[in-house]
Amino acid sequence: MKIHEYQAKELFEAQGIPVPSGDVATTPEQARDIAEKVGKAVMVKAQVHVGGRGKAGGVKYCATPEDAYDKASQILGMDIKGLTVKKVLVTEAVEIETESYVGIILDRAEKKPVMMVSPAGGIDIEEVARKTPEKIFKHHIDPILGMQMHEARNLAYRLYDDPKLVNQAAKIIQKVYETYMANDSSLAEINPLITTPDGRVLAIDAKINIDDNGLERHPEIEAMRDLEAEDASEMEAKKAGLSFVKLEGNIGCIVNGAGLAMATMDLVKHFGGEPANFLDIGGSSNPEKVLNAMRIILRDSNVKAILFNIFGGITRCDDVANGIVSAVRELNPQVPIVIRLTGTNETEARKILEAVKLTAVSSMEDVVKTAIDKAGIAA
Amino acid sequence: MSIFADKKNKVIVQGITGRDGSFHTRQMMEYGTKIVGGVTPGKGGQKFEGVPIFNTVADAVAATRANTSIIYVPVAFAADAIMEAAAAGIKLIVCITEGIPANDMVKVYNYLKGKEVRLIGPNCPGIISPGKTKIGIMPAPIHKKGKIGLVSRSGTLTYEIVYNLTLAGLGQSTCLGIGGDPVIGTNFIDCLEAFNEDKETEGIVMIGEIGGTDEEEAAKYIKKYVKKPVVAFIAGRTAPPGKRMGHAGAIISGGSGTAADKIKALNKVGIPVAEIPSDIPVLMKEKLEKAGKKAAPKKKAAGRKSTKKKGAKTTAKKAAKSPVKKKAAAKTKAAGKTAKKRSSKKK
Repeated sequence: MKIHEYQAKELFEAQGIPVPSGDVATTPEQARDIAEKVGKAVMVKAQVHVGGRGKAGGVKYCATPEDAYDKASQILGMDIKGLTVKKVLVTEAVEIETESYVGIILDRAEKKPVMMVSPAGGIDIEEVARKTPEKIFKHHIDPILGMQMHEARNLAYRLYDDPKLVNQAAKIIQKVYETYMANDSSLAEINPLITTPDGRVLAIDAKINIDDNGLERHPEIEAMRDLEAEDASEMEAKKAGLSFVKLEGNIGCIVNGAGLAMATMDLVKHFGGEPANFLDIGGSSNPEKVLNAMRIILRDSNVKAILFNIFGGITRCDDVANGIVSAVRELNPQVPIVIRLTGTNETEARKILEAVKLTAVSSMEDVVKTAIDKAGIAA
Repeated sequence: MSIFADKKNKVIVQGITGRDGSFHTRQMMEYGTKIVGGVTPGKGGQKFEGVPIFNTVADAVAATRANTSIIYVPVAFAADAIMEAAAAGIKLIVCITEGIPANDMVKVYNYLKGKEVRLIGPNCPGIISPGKTKIGIMPAPIHKKGKIGLVSRSGTLTYEIVYNLTLAGLGQSTCLGIGGDPVIGTNFIDCLEAFNEDKETEGIVMIGEIGGTDEEEAAKYIKKYVKKPVVAFIAGRTAPPGKRMGHAGAIISGGSGTAADKIKALNKVGIPVAEIPSDIPVLMKEKLEKAGKKAAPKKKAAGRKSTKKKGAKTTAKKAAKSPVKKKAAAKTKAAGKTAKKRSSKKK
């Protein structure tokens, strides 16, 4: 899950990382009030889940509270890479002497978190990695011991020579690790980490992504979710215990298992169609899930046919069939439904489907081809 | 032979009284898996389907000498359950549970490192050596004893492909799902190494998906070490970047982990990647045939050898004391090795 810059800064601040003062606003009036409270020049920053906000005009310097009001009016409602700005962060404008990068992610190959620092901060770190990889310094951390001060200090010396700055940065780096672990993050970064002419080290921009598997034990972070920034059908699917990703095609796919669901999408494409979604109903075969899955897919007006690809194992085909029957009765879909069922209780499932005059094929290729044909006719 | 699991595995079930645990314990018992006990804290002293339940894995190991554990406990306790099994001296841990946070698994992985233990999973269907044992949740009837080793990051897609192999007459030595999470215990390379050394395995099917670089690493390993035919499949060619496709590990991030990269890396080392699942048996048959032809002078002998070996094995088992038989078996084994060496040299 992504959270906004202002939320990431809250999490960093909670661990003791210095950030400029400020607050989040949803109206120009609020922006002006916050600027007054800060009592200095401020930055008004669009809060959207996308990079390159500055270039898009979503980050502005404001000398006065009135200026903050004007700039906030411009930025709120602005469209950045397809996302509408609903919130701005109003934060103290700090004089910048140097800009660095500090970030931590999971290194899947090493199976350890890797802390990365770079004196080339303030720009996209992936670009730095491409063009000047020698400017990025990495250190893997033993997750059982945690990050030690000497490890953090070694990295801090890659950024600064002045011991005063090094000491501040080392503490910040260690706290970035702690923030990352404490919040079940998959990424935590400060870009840029700046120094001021008066010798302070501050986090000016912050980004934290949370591991979806960790959200269960972090209701306070789940509460940070920006529901307006998320796809409504994906959220609905999540609530229903379904794994769903919206795509652009016209063949709705309902599959059990993530790997099989991906392979089904690929097969649709292989035979010349376009999948409308990724959807995994999961291992258990609750008929309710099938009903919810169908409801979500039918909401997409692009969908011209729905295909089921069920390989029964723990999932019982008859349960899915019952789900299909109740979904057909309740939702009365106007698009063709094609079904593949193989495995546990397949015969019972076929009998159940007969009740609503549906038949099932037993190969994945057949169901995909049929779906594409029928979608073509329906379109 | 088979890899990691056979009739010798004495299995305990962590979470034996839970919904999934109890259902699949019965299924495994039916298959013939040696289930010797279960663990559910608070239910020690009770029995499940005739096997004793213990409060801790340590108690279970002490009483049953179990060497294997399968874990069905809820996600909040799963990481701890893995470490408990390892601490109690379990040698093979299969963790079915889905949803363990990656940072917890990072700790578990590093805790297990250096210990004499293998973890399969988490978030996996487990392992089956057809005709021998099943330590997992896969539907047993689709499998058939044979000579193809199969390793996969997925669950139902694995069943799909096993089903296709079985329909095509290609039985399996061992099939295992290594899990859809970003941090897993056993990876492709571990399995490729084991299949390469397993005498019963003649061909290997590898099923990958988007996310991470394990398939690329596996490709490098295959080029260097694996002499048996390998056929691959990669799921997620149509997956959009930045979206988690069901599995926690199936995500294209920062432009890395795409299906295209993985297919390219595999093709580069001569491994065909099937476009559709039903092509896998076709490609495997082609590869096996080619491998057979390359060892042409030995082909017929090899065919005879395998039947002979089987015979030798059973007689050796019946009359294990006979040193002559053992020597004969060893000889045929050695002959097999040289044949393989020659065939690889010809490449």
